[in-house]
Amino acid sequence: MPEDLNWAVGGEAGDGIDSTGKIFAQALSRAGRHVFTSKDFASRIRGGYTAYKIRTSVDEVNSVVDRLDVLVALTQRTIDENLDELHENSVIIYDGERSWEADVPDEMVELDVPLKSLAEDAGGAIMQNVVALGAACEVANFPIEHLDSALEKRFGDKGQKLVDNNQEAARAGRDYVQENYDHDYGYDLETTDNDYVLLNGDEAIGMGALVAGCRFYAGYPITPATNVMEYLTGRIDQYGGTVVQAEDELAAINMALGAARSGARAMTATSGPGIDLMTETFGLIATTETPLVIADVMRSGPSTGMPTKQEQGDLNMALYGGHGEIPRFVVAPTTISECFWKTIEAFNLAEKYQTPVYVISDLAMAVTEQTFSPEEFDMDAVEIDRGNVVSEDDIDQYLDEQGRFQPHYDAADGISPRAFPGTAEGAHMTTGLEHDELGRRTEDTEERVQQVDKRNRKVETAQREEDWSPREFGNEDAENLVITWGSNEGAILEAMDELDDDVRFISVPYLFPRPDLTEAVENADRTVVVECNATGQFADLIERDTLTRVERINKYNGIRFNADELRERITETFAAEPEVTAQ
Amino acid sequence: MSSQAHFTDFKSDKRPTWCPGCGDFGTMNGMMKALANTGNSPDDTFICAGIGCSGKIGTYMHSYALHGVHGRALPVGTGVKMANPNLEVMVAGGDGDGYSIGAGHFVHAVRRNVDMTYVVMDNRIYGLTKGQFSPTSREDFETSTSPEGTQQSPVHPLALAMAAGGSFIAQSFSSDSQRHTQIIEEAIEHDGFSLVNTYSPCVTFNDVDTYDYFRDSLIDLDEENHDPNDYDQAREKIMDFDNIYQGVIYQDDDSVGYEKRLGIEEPMNDIPDGAPEGAMDLVREFY
Ligand SMILES: Cc1ncc(C[n+]2csc(CCOP(=O)(O)OP(=O)(O)O)c2C)c(N)n1
Ligand code: SF4
Repeated sequence: MPEDLNWAVGGEAGDGIDSTGKIFAQALSRAGRHVFTSKDFASRIRGGYTAYKIRTSVDEVNSVVDRLDVLVALTQRTIDENLDELHENSVIIYDGERSWEADVPDEMVELDVPLKSLAEDAGGAIMQNVVALGAACEVANFPIEHLDSALEKRFGDKGQKLVDNNQEAARAGRDYVQENYDHDYGYDLETTDNDYVLLNGDEAIGMGALVAGCRFYAGYPITPATNVMEYLTGRIDQYGGTVVQAEDELAAINMALGAARSGARAMTATSGPGIDLMTETFGLIATTETPLVIADVMRSGPSTGMPTKQEQGDLNMALYGGHGEIPRFVVAPTTISECFWKTIEAFNLAEKYQTPVYVISDLAMAVTEQTFSPEEFDMDAVEIDRGNVVSEDDIDQYLDEQGRFQPHYDAADGISPRAFPGTAEGAHMTTGLEHDELGRRTEDTEERVQQVDKRNRKVETAQREEDWSPREFGNEDAENLVITWGSNEGAILEAMDELDDDVRFISVPYLFPRPDLTEAVENADRTVVVECNATGQFADLIERDTLTRVERINKYNGIRFNADELRERITETFAAEPEVTAQ
Repeated sequence: MSSQAHFTDFKSDKRPTWCPGCGDFGTMNGMMKALANTGNSPDDTFICAGIGCSGKIGTYMHSYALHGVHGRALPVGTGVKMANPNLEVMVAGGDGDGYSIGAGHFVHAVRRNVDMTYVVMDNRIYGLTKGQFSPTSREDFETSTSPEGTQQSPVHPLALAMAAGGSFIAQSFSSDSQRHTQIIEEAIEHDGFSLVNTYSPCVTFNDVDTYDYFRDSLIDLDEENHDPNDYDQAREKIMDFDNIYQGVIYQDDDSVGYEKRLGIEEPMNDIPDGAPEGAMDLVREFY
């Protein structure tokens, strides 16, 4: 890979770290460079360390690494927190005029820039971060016009004056460094003509939902899922839909259920604690055979856990949560663009099979911004399948001898007809109680077995008819196999760039149903399952599915894997004596 | 939409398993009549029911219906109506369902003011779980879980609704068929959230709040020259915890249903066959 640049801005929550980082990321993306961002934030609104990190290259970047080249430090803590990632030539931009005396390790390059006073000269202290961005442009040898363009996008709505002031502030920062420091920083950020878009996982889920025809969203704010709701708010109404901020998750999922019964494509999104509250209704949705998409943007658990930290701890909940036995689908996007595609797929699965579908994503994906070529969101490739919806013309064939519509008709493939309310002759009830084909309560033993079998048969049909293939990388005949699910794909891919050819990598986006990996595991000498949780929930599944012991790489400190550490841990694992022997 | 329905069209062929004499029979009959009288048909009606003896109502009626989990019928109704404003949405359940486990949703449904009618069959007891006290039970009411009385003051549903900014607050008695029907008709016709707290006696577990008790105690507002549009008058009646009233106690004529305020006019069930036109604009936003 050509030179990549690792840049960060850090300070106190409330210092505008997020928008500063976002503006720089946007400038890079607009200059045709790939960008991959990560955020470090604490669960508080003001105060507390927070940072926005950007890795950029002209090549695709799918992960962060543990190296920081340029750091805009608004506080000493920003430097201290990142010491292990800073290196000899790291450039630290700070404001020595402010009350703190920056303690920068000797070997590093110190750029003391009067951020605040330069900003004041340009029209307001609030623009000090933009001054720093200008300085960063100079350090990285990055044409400031791209920053101009990002500032235009950011502030254009608020008037040309604001845009002008910000652009002036950026120039002040650049000029200050130019005039006061005579140093070759060694960077030359190449630009290209490529057009990229820059978005995060929550936005991709929201966009997928809109494109899939979702018209009703009900949710209750929770980190890190709130952004899905915020994305849809204001956009969904342009398509005749609506967002309801419900009083809690119980209400949210029940509202979504109601809307789905009305015939709308409906969804909700939440994180672990919200999923817990929704679980009772999850069973209701499954047994009433209502199509519904539920996104679980995971964070560290259990309980309220670490709300601003990452984890992949909800897998078992998604697979098994709820009393009784509940047919469901569980899909887990492996990249940000897959957040878009898997959400669309989830709506189709939900309606074709009339089941709840979990889309499992996580905080790392939710807050990471990444560049994509717009073609990755090829709208012509979007397919909508609403399943077996009956119209007034064809409803006759679904009525029983007494002319009653049968919403839970015991079809051979398990898929019953669906009549949207308002359809003449289609009136029917359904209930969370066990019911007969008409949807009416029953405790009849045969009807009970019939309905349980029917619901489970839908899964069998889907197993047969849908493509549950995993994503495959590396050398198919390699001795060493790495398996993962969810957001780790990018980091592993990057790690593999430098691993020798002897690794096969399988990334699994379908957790239920899921691909059968028995052959792959049997063909490999060593298999290691990588996931961000302590107990290896996915590794357990693989062992159960394949009847073979696998090795595990787990991480559960709240921070996603990065490419460097994975390269090391994968290499170490395969170099060491096997922890487990195949049986 | 189907042609003019008769109230029996709203009856399912499932025979109620309610105890003979249960107040819920009368409540249901009034609901069916009111639906028919206001020009609705089973095909454009959606009934969301709670859990409890009362919640079984959806089973015995014929329409589009969902019998959900305990306490959550109001959010379901909200979703149904918002996604298809053409439907007539009725939500029904018990006092336990609505004012205990579902109390949070009740307050928010009231203030959200989605156009639907909520009929609470208030028997001041938990019927289905066989006779524990409910949130509307009197303080000295002795049950299997309150041998010394409940030792808590009851919830006052009408006051709660008023405090939450209710736009239609009414009370009826299931055995006063005509008045009950008429009140529900008015509730259906009201644009916004309508609460009808219906006294619906449990003949099996509650020997205090009986038909006789309600018949003797209820004061009909029609005989009181009550003006439901007068907020102060309404408040006086609602805060009068020593008496119980029958009729429309408060109605805000200016009320507009939430879904209408949001500009939702069409059902949301019609979507394009692929990505919507201009979908690439959604991507371009991220340039
Ligand atoms: C989550 C949950 N908790 C408890 C129950 C058991 N339960 C069923 S009905 C009911 C109370 C019903 O009382 P009410 O709403 O007053 O209705 P009634 O039977 O008196 O008409 C309870 C506690 C349940 N079904 N679900
Ligand atoms: S127990 Fe009470 S509420 Fe339930 S059906 Fe019997 S009389 Fe009605």
